[in-house]
Amino acid sequence: MAHELIERLEPDAHLGMLRLMLLGRRFEEKSAESYALGKIGGFCHLYIGQEAVAVGALAPLREDDYVVTAYRDHVQAIVKGIPPREVMAELYGRVDGSSGGKGGSMHMYSAEHRFLGGWGIVAGQIPLATGVGWAIRYRGGNQVCVCFMGEAAVNQGAFHESLNMAALWKLPVIYIVENNRYGMGTAWERASSLYDVSKKACAYALPSAVADGMDVLKMRATVEEAVERAREESMPTLIEARCYRFMGHSMSDPVHGVYRTKEDVEEAKQEDPIKTYIDQLKEAGLLTGDRLEEMDAEVREEVEDAAEFAENSPPPPEEDLHRDVYAEINPGGRLFLEGVGAPDPALGRAGRDPGAGGG
Amino acid sequence: MAVITYREALNQALAEELERDPDVFLMGEEVGQYDGAYKVSKGLLERFGEERIVDTPITELGFAGLGIGAAMVGLRPVIEFMTWNFAILANDQIVNNAAKLHYMTAGQFSCPIVFRGPTGAALQLSAQHSQALEASYAHFPGLKVVVPGTPADAKGLLKAAIRDDDPVIVLEGELLYALKGEVPEDEDFVIPLGVAEVKREGKDVSILTHGKMINVALQAAERLAEDEVDAEVVDLRSLRPLDLDTVIASVEKTNRAVYLEEGWGFSGIGAEIVAQVQEHAFDHLDAPLLRVHQVDVPMPYSKELEKLAKPSVDRTIEACNRVLYR
Repeated sequence: MAHELIERLEPDAHLGMLRLMLLGRRFEEKSAESYALGKIGGFCHLYIGQEAVAVGALAPLREDDYVVTAYRDHVQAIVKGIPPREVMAELYGRVDGSSGGKGGSMHMYSAEHRFLGGWGIVAGQIPLATGVGWAIRYRGGNQVCVCFMGEAAVNQGAFHESLNMAALWKLPVIYIVENNRYGMGTAWERASSLYDVSKKACAYALPSAVADGMDVLKMRATVEEAVERAREESMPTLIEARCYRFMGHSMSDPVHGVYRTKEDVEEAKQEDPIKTYIDQLKEAGLLTGDRLEEMDAEVREEVEDAAEFAENSPPPPEEDLHRDVYAEINPGGRLFLEGVGAPDPALGRAGRDPGAGGG
Repeated sequence: MAVITYREALNQALAEELERDPDVFLMGEEVGQYDGAYKVSKGLLERFGEERIVDTPITELGFAGLGIGAAMVGLRPVIEFMTWNFAILANDQIVNNAAKLHYMTAGQFSCPIVFRGPTGAALQLSAQHSQALEASYAHFPGLKVVVPGTPADAKGLLKAAIRDDDPVIVLEGELLYALKGEVPEDEDFVIPLGVAEVKREGKDVSILTHGKMINVALQAAERLAEDEVDAEVVDLRSLRPLDLDTVIASVEKTNRAVYLEEGWGFSGIGAEIVAQVQEHAFDHLDAPLLRVHQVDVPMPYSKELEKLAKPSVDRTIEACNRVLYR
């Protein structure tokens, strides 16, 4: 039976969502290629297989809503509006990257798009999202904050402390647990005494839901309800999005191995969220093979353009090394902030910024 | 100038900044109904309401992180830890998030937040409740760290910290809350972060110190004066940013120095200052720098052992005499 959203949404909205999913997929395929070529360094966690979660979850948001996430963040950043060029340039560590080349794969940010990271410590972002919800309520706004995390994060104290505060103070935060089955190489049932992540909400009297994270329409419908609850009643929700990661934990990890078999992965790929959505749209007469080919060609071109942009963007200039350690150098103070106004520590005292001297 | 306690000075600073800026709020354990575990926030709930004076569950990591998130989108939280010992639970948020976010976001986001509370030993609270933790926070670029030792410094530095756009760690002295001193009443009285103060002028030896220990240093200086030794006492006040100019000027004047601190010596603030002084004023030194600090053990409970573990006036005098070769 076709999902009610098939009819409720405008055809263009469907095509827009499909395009974002395809863009995310092609972007990550390109990231993998560039990583293999040594153009991307460090840790690099790909989103392939989970596209329906980000696209379904962020589709109901307004531009002035906030997103906070963990380190598997490239596609979420793009879906929230950061141009693929800037995300790719960040992966390449270039000056035109969304974090000026200072963050890398795990640390995408955009104040303009209200995308608040990109955090690398498991569960460390959850209290931050709770604080964004606090600030929204403090100022009497009706925005919402979506907080993504992997299922492994829910065993951390930060998760439980945050849910308690959010429920206690009625904060407009939607906590979305992307249950992709494995915390790195540890299967969920080997890590939690309780299988249903969504049931953890009971401990905090928090509304919760389980969403099919492999079906973008079901994902969207579940999040729509939570967004309405947050916006209208300033109530948080915990959503467990059941999905699957088609790649290894990061680019340094194998796709399959001791913790799952090749067959497991191949079987999961039969439920590819992009293929599922394409089938739904074709069946409803909203998509033709030609249109799909055209869209995929456009998306591939956009990704190639992003990679070329990143390739041509220069590395951050040397002076950026010391920039932005601090927001403000107190003008009244005599300062010895290591590196600020002292680009060369070898210069010693003489290297300190004479302009910073107040006496 | 009014003579008030260190506790009242902090209370005034909070009240004035809450009044001045509606984005400022105070959050922590027992800060509201209970008026604060050490009564620093006395009367603030009644005056500013529960939206701005917020009692939290015992959830240090949670509310520290909540504050950082709120700061990222423009509020100016003051997060009170009942003591800094409990803040160790929140270190992931302070160290991995607050200290890094301005840099990692290439300046797109700032973190104008204050983390404050008492630090250091009181009396017989034993190992888990007696730690002076400033050296561990001063280690991290991205944090600012201040350690006020007088009521006036407490007010001026806390106000500056609240107005600052970076995360500021304010370590108050648990035994200082009842200390009285003159405090300016001007509502724009702030002490810029990164400005040390010579608390006592002298020419023979510099006692460099910060926080609660300035009182120990001043007592040591008085006793040394009876022995015709003229000691200078320099209070760093801020550890990050560090006012090295004032430190170096003092050493260049006296040519001899002792660093006195409440915390442990190993990787302590004194260790850093010794390194800085030898880098920048080696030729002015007539003796190696010495350090006075807590002995290298967790704080014992027994009154007698605790006394032995803590830095003291006697040990400070002894160190001064050694650098004077007396």
